[in-house]
Amino acid sequence: MNDMTKVERDLNMSDAKIEARGVNLHYGTNHALKDVSIEIADRTVTSFIGPSGCGKSSFLRCLNRMNDTIDICRVTGQIMLDGQDINAASVDPVQLRAQIGMVFQKPNPFPKSIYDNVAYGPKIHGLAKSKADMDAIVEKALRRAAIWDEVKDRLHEPGTGLSGGQQQRLCIARAIATEPEVLLMDEPCSALDPIATAQVEELIDELRRDYAVVIVTHSMQQAARVSQKTAFFHLGHLVEFGDTGRLFTTPNDPRTESYLTGRIG
Amino acid sequence: MTTFAFALLFAASVFGYAWNRQAASSLRNDGQRLHSLSGFHGLYSFLCVSIPVFVLILVWLVFQGSVIDWLVTAPIAPENYATLETGPKQLVLAEIKSIAGGRIFGTPEDWKLAAAERLIQLRTMSAWLLLAAVFALAVTQVLRARRRVDADFRARQGAERMILGLIQFCAIFAVFVTVGIVFSLTFETIKFFRMVPPLEFLFGLNWEPQIPIRADQIAGAGAFGWLPVIVGTMVITVIAILVAVPTGLLTAIYLNEFASSRARAIIKPILEILSGIPTIVYGFFAVLVVAPAMRQFGADLGIAISPNTALAAGSVMGVMLIPFISSFADDALSAVPQSLRDGALALGATRGETMLSVLFPAAIPGIVGGVLLAVSRAIGETMIVVMAAGLIANMTLNPLDSVTTVTVQIVTLLIGDTSFDNPKTLAAFALGMMLFLVTLVINIFALRIVRKYREIYD
Repeated sequence: MNDMTKVERDLNMSDAKIEARGVNLHYGTNHALKDVSIEIADRTVTSFIGPSGCGKSSFLRCLNRMNDTIDICRVTGQIMLDGQDINAASVDPVQLRAQIGMVFQKPNPFPKSIYDNVAYGPKIHGLAKSKADMDAIVEKALRRAAIWDEVKDRLHEPGTGLSGGQQQRLCIARAIATEPEVLLMDEPCSALDPIATAQVEELIDELRRDYAVVIVTHSMQQAARVSQKTAFFHLGHLVEFGDTGRLFTTPNDPRTESYLTGRIG
Repeated sequence: MTTFAFALLFAASVFGYAWNRQAASSLRNDGQRLHSLSGFHGLYSFLCVSIPVFVLILVWLVFQGSVIDWLVTAPIAPENYATLETGPKQLVLAEIKSIAGGRIFGTPEDWKLAAAERLIQLRTMSAWLLLAAVFALAVTQVLRARRRVDADFRARQGAERMILGLIQFCAIFAVFVTVGIVFSLTFETIKFFRMVPPLEFLFGLNWEPQIPIRADQIAGAGAFGWLPVIVGTMVITVIAILVAVPTGLLTAIYLNEFASSRARAIIKPILEILSGIPTIVYGFFAVLVVAPAMRQFGADLGIAISPNTALAAGSVMGVMLIPFISSFADDALSAVPQSLRDGALALGATRGETMLSVLFPAAIPGIVGGVLLAVSRAIGETMIVVMAAGLIANMTLNPLDSVTTVTVQIVTLLIGDTSFDNPKTLAAFALGMMLFLVTLVINIFALRIVRKYREIYD
């Protein structure tokens, strides 16, 4: 289940990219996350699993402060990115989100051309000095998202005209075009068919070379296939966190075992 | 008496409903399997009674007036009525009616008193006849509907067919009214163009419709060139749109993306109140507050501004259109999926960038549609310009001058003495026709733009 060697894993363990301590989240009076602490390693795929409404997506959205846009949402606790508290007053959420890319559950390409979709991030952050520069960035992002060959002849057609799987890979290309350090994926395959899912999973494995990838998924098989670390959430608690292989074979917590064997969820 | 007829209609329908429903229920209780639910048997009876009886009452009310008139005047000696022309005939009839109503002036001739007597009798008789007819028809229909209640009767389909007919009638009604209005406009416009050459109307630069209606009136020679009038309309419309579109759009953007829920809760209802203010109130606001203020301001700067200006009327009309534009744009922006907003924000776009480069383009079809609807409203707006714009048809693009608009001219043409064989009155119909055509073209244009963009963004 886990093809990482012991050495590789130890190397990654020392290298925490994101560190969360005592994170609590309230939607109005609803206490959605309860005292969550976790360390997310660099160049690793970490998956969040758990039944619907367990808080895994909410926690993911804490990591790039997307919850700021929800009026009734209140987050307390500490989330450190490279040792810097992301909720500190000095941190600009706009710049933070440029560092931490995000891919959503439903493919959400902008109603623009394929090219403009990918170029959007680099444009607003001023990453390209010239048109040629921008072309190179767009091509690189599309290649890494494994969609270049399919769209290179129609870069100026609307991104909304692509199939669901292509749209999702376009959204991944859009997210990595800004050269983020962390990539958050919120159930990126839930709207895709098995073939498109396989393509995206392969892509996730590729991306691990450069990024810390955090993926929320409903599919335990997917978590087992793509991730090195797995965190199990239940009713707002982080129940168990550890190496994917270990968590799936010998879970420590009885709740994890119940979920994995289908008794809760 | 008509009230009684309607009460009877209502009572019979409700009775039919209850009776059929009860009959169907008892069949069901006897162990029969009915095709339709009892409620549908009731509904079937209700519709069977109410629709024909309602039509009967309407037809009766429409025709009873002319039938009674005819019966009242038939026995009058021909030299007193039948041989007269239309105008005097109507005068005689009106006198008879006012005698019947108890308002007697002077000493009317005996035949008029007799006719009034007949009129009162006929009216009473008509009312009783109506009640009798309604009663007879209602009873027949109740019994017919009741007889049909049995296990196999498809009451639901029957009721659905009648309801379908009803809603089809409502849909066709609007179409008929529109067609009727267009026809009457066209008819009178053609009459107008028989008296005034179309080329003179379409390309003439003078609008002086003050021509005599009767031979003994003193008035101008008259000129019917509509260009100054339509230019005035356009100047005012452009001013209104220049005021309304930027303000309305920015309001919508603020409310949609930047306002706190508290600010939104305060501003939105106020905007709705603004759109509920009657245009006449805007009109006297324009003429009593805005225009004098502008004049004073101009005087302070040494610019002569006429008391009625296109600028005052146009800018107040613009204020009137702000809620219109802002609610259209707000709806269009709210309709953009949250996922697009999230997508842009997650890439590190600021809220302003998200608005400008993602939400706004996606909302363009709705916004353009709203703006063009606002344009046709501005063109057709009457009350504000009647009060604030002026009556003299100046051919000018200067917003500080007094101009007049198509709607203002229609109002002035139809106020006071009118006569349908005079170009002065008929010109109103020609102007109305042109106004209709202009707004129609704009509406078609608006629909096309919305459709065109919808193909790209979706």
